[in-house]
Amino acid sequence: MLKIENLEVTYGNIKAIKGISLEVNQGEIVTLIGSNGAGKSTTLRTISGILKPKSGSITFNGERIEGVEGHEIVAKGICQSPEGRRIFPKMTVDENLDLGAFLRNDKAEIKRDRQRVLELFPKLQERIDQKAGTMSGGEQQMLAVGRALMGSPKLLLLDEPSMGLAPVLVEMIFETIKKINDQGTTILLVEQNALAALNVADRAYVLESGSIKMSGKARDLISNDEVTKAYLGG
Amino acid sequence: MANSSTRFSARLLIERSVATLIIGLVFFWLAINLVKSPSQFFQSSIIGISNGVLYALIALGYTLVYGIIELINFAHGDLFMLGGLFAATFITVWFKQETPSNTGYAVFFLCLIAAMGFCATINVGIERFAYRRLRKAPKLAPLITAVGVSFIIQFIGIRWNGSGPKTWNSVLPSGEFTISSVHIPYTTVISFLVTIPLLIFMTFIVAKTRRGKAMRATAQDADAARLMGINVNKTISFTFALGGALAGAAGLLFQQTRGLTNYNLGYQLGLIAFTSAVLGGIGNLSGAVLGAILIGLIQGLNDGLPIGLGQQWSQTVVFTILILLMVFKPTGLLGKPMVEKV
Repeated sequence: MLKIENLEVTYGNIKAIKGISLEVNQGEIVTLIGSNGAGKSTTLRTISGILKPKSGSITFNGERIEGVEGHEIVAKGICQSPEGRRIFPKMTVDENLDLGAFLRNDKAEIKRDRQRVLELFPKLQERIDQKAGTMSGGEQQMLAVGRALMGSPKLLLLDEPSMGLAPVLVEMIFETIKKINDQGTTILLVEQNALAALNVADRAYVLESGSIKMSGKARDLISNDEVTKAYLGG
Repeated sequence: MANSSTRFSARLLIERSVATLIIGLVFFWLAINLVKSPSQFFQSSIIGISNGVLYALIALGYTLVYGIIELINFAHGDLFMLGGLFAATFITVWFKQETPSNTGYAVFFLCLIAAMGFCATINVGIERFAYRRLRKAPKLAPLITAVGVSFIIQFIGIRWNGSGPKTWNSVLPSGEFTISSVHIPYTTVISFLVTIPLLIFMTFIVAKTRRGKAMRATAQDADAARLMGINVNKTISFTFALGGALAGAAGLLFQQTRGLTNYNLGYQLGLIAFTSAVLGGIGNLSGAVLGAILIGLIQGLNDGLPIGLGQQWSQTVVFTILILLMVFKPTGLLGKPMVEKV
């Protein structure tokens, strides 16, 4: 579904991504783990067209999409819940969800997706007319994921959905990710919480200072000594 | 700890009481004038408010652009000046209308649409060629570019209009009607008839339409807006078009109600309009309208009341009020400090 080959991204003279290749297949949850500054968010931002790559290719359903404008990427079916949530703080939860479906015209389908989002995150229903900026971090995270789902994505990009959340919420978010995937959405998940990510994912890539260091089935990586030592606190 | 908090509250108390004292004095001044000469009071208020709505049209252009790309577009006032020149050329030179008549009114209406289109196009062009490339540059770069664009437009104004003021005949009726000794010129009524629907229409676009929603989203977080599939460049262009159109309407109204064009009018009125936007809380649309009407009203009252400082102190009074407000409420009347939550 998504294929990245030899992708290189730079900030000025600094190479953030040094020629990575990875693949996401239809129906999978693939996770990209690694420490702070490894280039995980940069990778997602480049897929979404916010950053332009220096070289390499990104192919989505057989179509080259590297360097395509951000809003066109959404039209192709890739939605992102960005790092730091980036919800629209002065708008209500309702308006935020509406904006998630900005490019869609199919009223009935939008209504169905909204229903589905509110079922996944019942908290959002309670807060529906509240200004998004006044909600707690966890609620904002739910809104960010829900908003991305409102775009009815073929591929959902999740950037650090567990960051800064209480443990009980982290568990809830990962259960929801699994549920979203079961309902048929392919997911590329970026996480610092490697253990939780590996537990829900089918496959994983380990990113270290801009290069892919390891990749494989998620359950194999959990039991891999090197991964355990570096990322799972073993 | 306790010491610093009492000192803090003491300061707050002083600030509050000074603010209350100033507001009290203003109301006292208004009250004695109202008692002394009610007709002059209402007369000045009407003149003030009708100037205020004109300022509002220009102020909205500043606040819209600031809201979306955080740029003080110094060229905006000059765009208003060009709107006036365009209106004069359109009505008097091209259509040869110099007196009130049915044809004159039709041409006026046609010119309203044409002037709005003209200024919208120019404003979009300015953004496209001068500001867009600098969007990621340090804030000073687009700011100084805006000052440069302002000069360019002023020199176009000199080429077009000459280096001095020009007077024009208006197609609007020059009479007035009287309600219990308060004179209301027809031109004031027409100003309201043009301005208020425009302000309502603008509010509708921003609050209710898809484009408006895209504008508000882009203003809050451009990258997040991109992730929603919003075309940010197009949205910013649209914002400049909207601001430009309002400046065009203001240019026409000014040229027809005052019968005057001059290359430096944009600088003078632009400064007042920008002040209105800041007074109301820059980036806030209702704030800009409120600030503009307040400034118009203050000027009108100061210039026209029996006990006042008079016209030569007009600017001084306006900016003193602005400075005082900035001291006590730096975000403007309706502006709110944004609390970032991470």
